[in-house]
Amino acid sequence: MSLIDSLPRVARPLRLPRADGLIQWIVPLAIIVIWQIACVTGLVPTRVLPAPSDVALAGWKLLLSGELVRNIWVSFWRASIGFLIGGSIGFAFGLANGLSQLSAKLTDTTLQMVRNVPHLALIPLVILWFGIDESAKLFLVALGVFFPIYLNTLHGIRTVDPQLIEMGRIYGMSDGELFRRVIFPGALPSIFVGIRFALGIMWLTLIVAETIAASSGLGYMAMQAREFMLIDVVVLSILIYALLGKLADSASRLLERLTLAWHPAFQKR
Amino acid sequence: MQTALLLPETERDQRQRTRIAPQARRVREDRPALGLPLTIRNLRKSFGDNEVLRGIDLHIPAGQFVAIVGKSGCGKSTLLRLIAGLDKIDAGAISFGEAARPEDIRVMFQEPRLLPWARVLSNVEVGLGRDRASLDAHPRAEHALTEVGLADKRDQWPSVLSGGQKQRVALARALVSQPRVLAFDEPLGALDALTRISMQRLLERVWRDQGFTAILVTHDVAEAVALADRVLVIEEGRIAHDVTVHAPRPRERGSVELASLEGSILRHLLSADDRT
Ligand SMILES: Nc1ncnc2c1ncn2[C@@H]1O[C@H](COP(=O)(O)OP(=O)(O)OP(=O)(O)O)[C@@H](O)[C@H]1O
Ligand SMILES: [Mg+2]
Repeated sequence: MSLIDSLPRVARPLRLPRADGLIQWIVPLAIIVIWQIACVTGLVPTRVLPAPSDVALAGWKLLLSGELVRNIWVSFWRASIGFLIGGSIGFAFGLANGLSQLSAKLTDTTLQMVRNVPHLALIPLVILWFGIDESAKLFLVALGVFFPIYLNTLHGIRTVDPQLIEMGRIYGMSDGELFRRVIFPGALPSIFVGIRFALGIMWLTLIVAETIAASSGLGYMAMQAREFMLIDVVVLSILIYALLGKLADSASRLLERLTLAWHPAFQKR
Repeated sequence: MQTALLLPETERDQRQRTRIAPQARRVREDRPALGLPLTIRNLRKSFGDNEVLRGIDLHIPAGQFVAIVGKSGCGKSTLLRLIAGLDKIDAGAISFGEAARPEDIRVMFQEPRLLPWARVLSNVEVGLGRDRASLDAHPRAEHALTEVGLADKRDQWPSVLSGGQKQRVALARALVSQPRVLAFDEPLGALDALTRISMQRLLERVWRDQGFTAILVTHDVAEAVALADRVLVIEEGRIAHDVTVHAPRPRERGSVELASLEGSILRHLLSADDRT
């Protein structure tokens, strides 16, 4: 996870004015239309890929039975709670290690070592510890979310312009004030990069955890459907995951736009 | 483009000055004898083996405008940082006549060092130090902004300002606490020629209005003789020359008197350069 990759907002891709909101949906819509045509004409056998209309129908049935909403809710709940737990611990460690040399010396090496273990490799161990209980999923999500938030918070705090910090000191800011007015706002862009990364990892972890060890949730729904060869439900789950991921990303972008209004990259041109 | 816009702006500055003049005078009556005298005795500072300041002795009377010149790396910034209390003194002493509060001594750097995430007005409020939370923080910051001619930019983000405007906001932030000593470290170094001249006028004006003791570090000898009562040349960690500028104010830039003074200071600097 390179931080450099994630700083592209300075050079946002050129966008056409106004039509903006609609334009981004043209390609997904075209794909769905082509997909439907391909299925109807028999170009793609429905055993391989069901038609979008079949997927929508499956979604409608599950919606009526209440199963869909229940599973989405369970997955959403796991994602948010896991994100909150892992995110706040990561944020706290990032703050502590960014602000205190002692804390950094004490914990940073250990954390960097743990980071090199892919957290999904812990699934067997986690199942042994927690069974297929809720806590297993929450643990995995929290662990996955922890590192991007920790690393980016730490990086953000360490790279706050030292000249601004000196300025704050010259003008008599107390430690608390210096944090509130200089360090935290300075670290915020980097923290948001961490949040966006973490959101991606959050869904990924949840999908894997739910397909392997769960008795509810979207991943579980997909696995059940696979056993009964309900390929339309499998595709439906995948699409919903994509939609939820997009939603989380949009929410974080909105938050970013609101809090980073000062940033030249977010100012209206 | 930018410079073309600048001239009308300085005219506006002048109009604003006449408008706010009574207020400025009232502020001065509140606190008479605004400037603080400054005495430095045998000041030394080294970084490792590098002996930068090797015994500076200096007295600056209250309210004087002193310029410090010297070749790059001679320790001008170091001296300024010691005066401002940003670094620790190795040996010697710096005293300000009477007990100075932190708000009494302010520094302005070459970079404006504005908080990009705070609007112009809150950036100026930062300069109030411990008075930031007081009720009159807003009006005081607004007054300081008016004084540098940027009252209409109060709600802007710093990123939309030009370099000269940012530096004026930084000046307003330094002025808002009514400092008694104001130290400048090449504050105009990064500006284009025309902006520089209008900023020099601004500096001279606020100095005359407010009466603080001004210490200006600069690379530009012409700037030093145009603004200062006295020019100090630092060489080999000591004050090698102490030149008084007698020209009356307001000074005419490029006058024969200033030009010959500038020439003699430059010759000092260059001959020192040849010797090394
Ligand atoms: N924090 C520091 N640590 C080590 N050496 C330093 C430090 N600050 C300054 N120096 C050294 O002290 C010397 C004087 O530096 P200083 O910044 O005061 O020069 P200056 O006269 O301001 O130069 P310039 O005109 O280029 O700004 C230089 O040799 C510099 O390398
Ligand atoms: Mg310097």
